[in-house]
Amino acid sequence: MMTSVNNAEMAGSDSAMIELRKLNKWYGDFHVLRDIDLTVRKGERIVICGPSGSGKSTMIRCINRLEEHQQGDIIINGREMTNDLKDIEQVRMEVGMVFQHFNLFPHLTVLENCTLAPIWVRKQPRKEAEAIAMQYLERVRIPDQADKYPGQLSGGQQQRVAIARSLCMNPQVMLFDEPTSALDPEMIKEVLDVMVELANEGMTMLCVTHEMGFAKTVADRVIFMDEGQIVEENEPESFFNNPQSERTKLFLSQILQH
Amino acid sequence: MIVNENPVAARPAPASNRGIWGWMRQKLFSSPANTVLTVVTGWLLYIGLTPVISWSFIEADWFGSDRSACDGGACWVFITARIEQFIYGFYPEDLRWRVDLVFLQTGLLLLWLMPQSMPGKKWGVIYALSIFPISSFFLLSGGLGLEMVDTHKWGGLMLTLVLALVGIVAALPFGVLLALGRRSEMPVIRFFCTTFIEVWRGVPLITVLFMASVMLPLFVPEEVVFDKLVRALIGIVMFQSAYMAEVVRGGLQAIPRGQYEAAAAMGLGYWKMMRLVILPQALKMVIPGIVNTFIALFKDTSLVLIIGLFDLLAIVQAGLADPKWLGFAIEGYVFAGFVFWFFCFSMSRYSQSLEKRLNTGHKA
Ligand SMILES: Nc1ncnc2c1ncn2[C@@H]1O[C@H](COP(=O)(O)OP(=O)(O)OP(=O)(O)O)[C@@H](O)[C@H]1O
Ligand SMILES: [Mg+2]
Repeated sequence: MMTSVNNAEMAGSDSAMIELRKLNKWYGDFHVLRDIDLTVRKGERIVICGPSGSGKSTMIRCINRLEEHQQGDIIINGREMTNDLKDIEQVRMEVGMVFQHFNLFPHLTVLENCTLAPIWVRKQPRKEAEAIAMQYLERVRIPDQADKYPGQLSGGQQQRVAIARSLCMNPQVMLFDEPTSALDPEMIKEVLDVMVELANEGMTMLCVTHEMGFAKTVADRVIFMDEGQIVEENEPESFFNNPQSERTKLFLSQILQH
Repeated sequence: MIVNENPVAARPAPASNRGIWGWMRQKLFSSPANTVLTVVTGWLLYIGLTPVISWSFIEADWFGSDRSACDGGACWVFITARIEQFIYGFYPEDLRWRVDLVFLQTGLLLLWLMPQSMPGKKWGVIYALSIFPISSFFLLSGGLGLEMVDTHKWGGLMLTLVLALVGIVAALPFGVLLALGRRSEMPVIRFFCTTFIEVWRGVPLITVLFMASVMLPLFVPEEVVFDKLVRALIGIVMFQSAYMAEVVRGGLQAIPRGQYEAAAAMGLGYWKMMRLVILPQALKMVIPGIVNTFIALFKDTSLVLIIGLFDLLAIVQAGLADPKWLGFAIEGYVFAGFVFWFFCFSMSRYSQSLEKRLNTGHKA
């Protein structure tokens, strides 16, 4: 059933949402991203995995310009990314990001966290922004926590607020950087459920995660990175059952042991 | 296996935990050693405090017109007879209502803005930052049809408060800007702010004031030299904003990188990020340090006596030299000390309630 949804989605949207061409990045002398080529179509869901330090975070952080690259092109929604501030602000409005450690603003209530950017960046009237925020908080199933401060919520609740906060900007793409790896096991599911729902609604998603169950359910493609390169890229079926590269096999055997 | 079918009814707490006696028995007389300590401390307090209280209250004289009103004990007559001068300095007597009007505005504004829930706080802030400083300026110095009062006639508590208030209100924003500049990614700005902070922080305030009052006129043509009070104020503000900058920088450095990244990822530009996300957290974190700087500033205003301005302390000192009132130095200094302490302690208490109020249960 999943695949039929995916096919319908893909047929309707062939246009590239994100394109990385020969992307290279160095930290000092350390070559962290090497000749990355990646095209993400509208509505596609991509899961990125790989060993620690392989450059997964760096790659998705380049997409919304939290990191600068030195060589190659990043094209988002047809616009090439330069160091022009206008471009950077534009792309950040279109690309939402969810972090491993939630990064909610502790001095603001849940509702204020969700309305901050819509009010100050998108210039929405406060009332409207609050109404929209409440809708998203309902979708992540915590409307009753709207007036609490993040410090009063559990980790799983905080991450769901973080997802709602990103969605309030009405982004076209969502980036997730290990959204569940700071959570206790019993909270992982509540966050994954929200993400699966989002995926089923057709959101374009790039997700760094080691939740292989999630990858199998929703991903259109799984990407395996190692030492700054994309080593293997395949549909989840074949990726998990029939990995080609030795490095992928090794990695999968390691994480599936747990 | 244990099954307990008999519910235990609530009983009153044992007498020893209850009431003032319970508290005393627990905290003051819990063991022989503690009892001895309590008794000895009580005795020392009695020995030490009785003469102080007797001198300052019981045997003290409060009202009169000259020293003949005093016999034994503290002679507060020295203060009460001169209180007007201590408050207004040499401000012309018939114009003192203008100072009162400024005091009144200040007091009302504090009552309006400091409590947690007051209506129209936004308007209070707007008033405090626009009409209040402008009207105070004209009321105090004259102009716009009001008779001019030269600043060398200002003095006493009024001068102390002007120096402290202007210093506090200006040092915070300058300090914030300097702190942001010192962490800027632009080398020119960073260099400028770092140099500014290090230079001002390294020079004693007395030197700054002395330079402002004595050296500046030597180098700048006479027509350009502006008012001595203004020069002192600029010196104080520069000096204190350098300190403030370092306090604020401490707060900025304590904000995790994730906060900057989350704000940036949502499309907030630099100034919005700072104003809405970073500074509210950073400033809240360093409230104790900020208030510490304010308190230091408040007390440092008394250094202006070095350049011939008569703040509260200076004017009390001047009063001590009055031949008719020789020998009341203790009363004078106790009074000045008490006034300074009162203002500084109030700031400290307010900052504590502010900290409590702003606590949102954030676990760092
Ligand atoms: N700011 C930085 N300066 C220097 N080196 C960095 C910086 N950030 C990351 N690196 C290095 O770049 C490499 C890739 O980091 P990255 O965070 O992208 O890895 P990752 O694949 O996300 O790993 P993890 O699974 O641990 O999150 C690592 O070796 C890391 O040490
Ligand atoms: Mg990472």
